[in-house]
Amino acid sequence: MANKRIDHETQTETVGHEWDGIEELNTPLPRWWLWTFYATIVFAVGYCVVYPAIPMLNRGTEGYVGWTSRGQLDADLKAQQGERAATVAAIDATPIEKLADNPPLMRAAVAGGAAAFKVNCVQCHGAGAAGSAGFPNLNDDDWLWGGDIATIHATLVHGIRQHGDTATRASAMPAFGKDALLTPAQIEDVASYVLSLSGKETASPASQRGAQVFTDNCAVCHGPAGKGQRQFGAPNLTDAIWLYGGNREDVVAQITAPKMGVMPAWGERLDPATVKMLAAYVHSLGGGEAPPTGGTTPAEPLAPAK
Amino acid sequence: MTIHNKIPSEGRPSALYAKREPVFNRRIDGKFRRLKWAIMAVCLIVYWGTPWLRWNRGPHAPDQAVLIDLAHRRFYMFGIEIWPQEFYFVAGLLIMAGVGLFLVTSAVGRAWCGYACPQTVWTDLFQHVDRLIDGDRNARFRLYKAPWGPAKIARRLLKWTIYLAISFVTGGAWIFYFADAPTLQQAFWTGTAAPVAYATTFVLTMTTFVLGGFMREQVCIYMCPWPRIQTAMLDEKSLIVTYKDWRGEPRGSVKKKGRDPLAFGDCIDCDQCVAVCPTGIDIREGPQIGCITCGLCIDACDRVMKDIGRPRGLIDYATLEDSEREKAGVPATRHLKLIWHPRTIVYLAVWSALGLGMLFLLGTRVHTGLNVAKDRNPPFIVLSDGSIRNAYTLRLRNMQDRPRTLEVSILGLPGARMWSEDVGRENAAPSLRRPVAADETQAMRAYVVMPAGTATRPFSFRLRALDDPRESATAKATFDTPGDEP
Repeated sequence: MANKRIDHETQTETVGHEWDGIEELNTPLPRWWLWTFYATIVFAVGYCVVYPAIPMLNRGTEGYVGWTSRGQLDADLKAQQGERAATVAAIDATPIEKLADNPPLMRAAVAGGAAAFKVNCVQCHGAGAAGSAGFPNLNDDDWLWGGDIATIHATLVHGIRQHGDTATRASAMPAFGKDALLTPAQIEDVASYVLSLSGKETASPASQRGAQVFTDNCAVCHGPAGKGQRQFGAPNLTDAIWLYGGNREDVVAQITAPKMGVMPAWGERLDPATVKMLAAYVHSLGGGEAPPTGGTTPAEPLAPAK
Repeated sequence: MTIHNKIPSEGRPSALYAKREPVFNRRIDGKFRRLKWAIMAVCLIVYWGTPWLRWNRGPHAPDQAVLIDLAHRRFYMFGIEIWPQEFYFVAGLLIMAGVGLFLVTSAVGRAWCGYACPQTVWTDLFQHVDRLIDGDRNARFRLYKAPWGPAKIARRLLKWTIYLAISFVTGGAWIFYFADAPTLQQAFWTGTAAPVAYATTFVLTMTTFVLGGFMREQVCIYMCPWPRIQTAMLDEKSLIVTYKDWRGEPRGSVKKKGRDPLAFGDCIDCDQCVAVCPTGIDIREGPQIGCITCGLCIDACDRVMKDIGRPRGLIDYATLEDSEREKAGVPATRHLKLIWHPRTIVYLAVWSALGLGMLFLLGTRVHTGLNVAKDRNPPFIVLSDGSIRNAYTLRLRNMQDRPRTLEVSILGLPGARMWSEDVGRENAAPSLRRPVAADETQAMRAYVVMPAGTATRPFSFRLRALDDPRESATAKATFDTPGDEP
């Protein structure tokens, strides 16, 4: 304190400290500044009392009002559900074929379906619904069981090859090689024929031999021209889409010991509105077909090829 | 300069905190006070009146002249409508405001602080309330010193009530910029306005009450960054309020001057300049952060100089440079002439260029917009006939206040066809038309299909308004395929 003096240049009192000849002028803070500091302390104490704040051994203090981020999320979710209740009820009450007549409702259904898809479907069909080997791509225009919205809905409700669901999509391709229904040579021949249908291989003596094998063994499900039949979920063999691969060895493997996909019956697992929204979403992905004309029931194949 | 030997706080710990010295500024009339009245009136009228101006924009848009419609993300200013995508116009306005402050500072110093700053305008307003309720400087000082009694409490309550009323009207007016003013006012009084309207009004009422009623010059001296920036921006060519010490010093009363006229300067140490100062500083100590250059001390000093028969301008707006010249005997340069120096001209040029550029952009902008987001999962789809499909989400913007039909077409992808959620694949075409409501954005899915064997390549979507061929927008996109770039 001894060095306290009035600075000559500024006529201001120094605080009396000196470091190597450098002194500090006393320019006091305004007192209200101090009060704002005290106010922040009061606020902090109040905050710690009201909200969860101080970590203890097992868990933090809970706070007077009992607020938690988890509870907040819960409340937000409930509020959201409340807001959506009317829309969900409307979707629930609308038959799936009539959904498209109400564009705003359809948009809501597609948006809801997109969300439900990410929870329930992406595990097999992928986040973009593009599928992978063995799991169908839902974006394209190739449908095993039918691609109009009501048929997609029926497939979703009852699943594919589900035991205990009488309306499930069921069919089975014989294991032509494994069960010795065809000889390896016949299988190679029919593979040549199948690959020639889509132009992946050119016609050859082998494919000509395979044509007869096809007619005898395969045409009953895949149709005489190999265009498939949706009532059996039998794929179209003439197009560019190959669920289990379109190389010769893939085709041979499939004839020898076929893989057949399954899908859960979502009608048992999800509420009806969610299943409808999923159907709307899958239909909206770009490959959805118009409803069949002539009043055929949705589960019927579009064009039975006999 | 004498060295003061007496140390005020000797033997006591230094005071680290200073109590605010209340300011009781005396009423003064004069050139600058009248200018301050005028600018204050304009500022308040603009602030309170603007939301109530109407502007006809037809049936599809609000009719409020200035409206910041946060809910619908639109900014209306008379004939101009700004979408969020055009927010650079607002950024441009803010940059212009920034450069404008530089320009004003360079030309007329801290004129913003002294006349137009809301803190100054409302402090001034509140100081007039003080004067109205408690009287002028001396009366207010006496009341301040007086012990608390019924009379003082009554006066204080009355004054603070008026403060609160002004603050409420101030805070309440703010919300009208963000919604239709007449509707909101009705909703506000019937208790049906949005909670945010009440919260905003409350917060702004309280800040006005505290900052205008009690903090006053403390805001300028301790809180506001602008005086600090000013310190860096002012130079010897800047117009500031200057006490001409070469003319005023040494100070002496009229009586002393009478005895020895040559020994004293013009300043009679009457302290009128201090008495009228709204921030309570003594301008004779030189340029300082507390000086908002409102010029009231000039009015006060000019009056005193007139009374003692000396020329006006002992305290005056002047540049430091000009002040030096004047000291050397050159007559003072006229204020208007002082404004024009290279820095001012450069700032004015930059400011004008910004303004003209924005006007040009506003005049030539189109009222359509297109954004494209490509589906990246999956990047492409092979269809059953081997053709390749890519999907895009387009956002078509119709920024015109009438419904329009917009046409989307594909550029640079020969043979491409597209369809959408409302146009089936069987009707796929090289271009699609969509009606878009007035002032709306519409999302549209575009499925673009190309024959098998196409290579990945860039292309563009083009949006065109059918009612005005000049109005178009393009957006780049990529068509992905299993094939490689050629």
